[in-house]
Amino acid sequence: MPLPETITELKAKYPDIEVSGEIITVPLNQLTQLMTELKEKHGYNFLTNVTAVDYPPDYFEMVYNLSVVGAPDMIQVKTKVDRNRPEVPSMVPIWGGAIWQEREIYDLLGITFTNHPDLRRILLDDNWEGHPLRKDYQWEGGRE
Amino acid sequence: MSIKTEEFLLNLGPQHPSTHGVFRIVLTLDGETVVKAVPVPGYLHRGIEKLAESRTYTQVIPYTDRLDYLAGMLMNWGYVHAVEKLMEIEVPERAEFIRVIVGELARIASHMMATGAFAADIGGLTGFIYTFRDREDILDLFEELCGARLTPSYMRIGGVAYDLPDGWVEKCRKFIDYLPKAIDEYNGLITGNEIFQARTKNVGVLPPEKAIDMSLSGPTLRGSGVNYDLRKARPYSVYDRFEFEVPLGTKGDCFDRYYVRILEMQQSANIIRQALDMLPEGPIRAKVPKIIKPPAGEAYAEIESSKGIMGTYVVSDGSTKPYRVHFRRPSFVNLSYLDEMLRGWKIADVIAILGSIDIVLGEVDC
Repeated sequence: MPLPETITELKAKYPDIEVSGEIITVPLNQLTQLMTELKEKHGYNFLTNVTAVDYPPDYFEMVYNLSVVGAPDMIQVKTKVDRNRPEVPSMVPIWGGAIWQEREIYDLLGITFTNHPDLRRILLDDNWEGHPLRKDYQWEGGRE
Repeated sequence: MSIKTEEFLLNLGPQHPSTHGVFRIVLTLDGETVVKAVPVPGYLHRGIEKLAESRTYTQVIPYTDRLDYLAGMLMNWGYVHAVEKLMEIEVPERAEFIRVIVGELARIASHMMATGAFAADIGGLTGFIYTFRDREDILDLFEELCGARLTPSYMRIGGVAYDLPDGWVEKCRKFIDYLPKAIDEYNGLITGNEIFQARTKNVGVLPPEKAIDMSLSGPTLRGSGVNYDLRKARPYSVYDRFEFEVPLGTKGDCFDRYYVRILEMQQSANIIRQALDMLPEGPIRAKVPKIIKPPAGEAYAEIESSKGIMGTYVVSDGSTKPYRVHFRRPSFVNLSYLDEMLRGWKIADVIAILGSIDIVLGEVDC
């Protein structure tokens, strides 16, 4: 299905989403449902990238980049997460490829993923304190 | 009478030569059979994404060299491509052609390293020496072009740093003409070797549906017969102007993943030859202000690196420094399936399977 049709269909079904170009912003409580639909119905079978951005003091923004294997289609899904209670449903049940990428976000930004099968730090030591990619993380000898 | 066995733990790495960098696998073994494998990266983590937040857009380029240090040119490209998308910069045609040429040279160099290191993992050190000898020629070309061999920092936002020096095109052609002979040699020495085949064929079979589900990319994915190469699926730069094929494996075993790389080297040589023939005259850099200050916003762009899909996500707050940079590194994602891939195989196969994925730890740890 071409991207404009996918977006029209999604807009009709999820009135709360915001669309700009190929970027969809969805409320957190509808994320899993929308993502499942994007994979099952619209064929976005490849989760290329998962990351998050810190916007203190209010929220984190989760960013997912989806594509279709062998086709030019790409879509970006974003959702806002409360910075005081950073909890996002894991995408691992939908795309296995999220498994390490979510662990990396957990490690560096401190967002927890519910239903993740193996949520542990991945790049930093288990005893490390804090989450370095948060904007308010101060490291010794650091700039600013 | 059956023998009572007991499971035991074996730490493979972090400094084992076959881990291709600092990387540890905690193997739970029953005799020689792998029951469970826990990969442990993180020994090299340098916080490149965090560092990028306190550097200017241009200053981030040298950090990207150090991601996949075996194909620095491609990593440069992945990053500048995203910033150019963010700023809506149109790159001059000559610069795009030069990028394709050096990018494909980097791909060949990276695949040579993968081929040679894989042969060495399997026990044939000679293969390593042969591919290293030929990789040297590419590094010489890079050195002449930008003064660096491994960390070129050659790409710039809006183009490339320097134009091709006099006589460079001829030297590049000479190398491309020589390459088929070198590949014949690898085929004779490694591909056709009976022991090599016995160690890699039908070992570590990766089903295509699983590879897609786990977001694997590059030769690791295409070895399983999945036709997904960004240069064809979503052509960026000037890739739509060249004729080339996407080599695919059939079984998805270690041998297929290896052989796809050999075939890709030949395709890269095809692309370089066409690009040299079509190389246009003109400027090598777009008119970009000295101080780069993209408008507030964000961009995500991908290129096909030697290991797979390299994506860069850049967020700008309108200042001279990026608000957030994220690199989607192919090796990191490709490794996430390792546990399941290793289960049931013997220790010797662990080395073959890990080698066939072709990881580089600079990219895994970031």
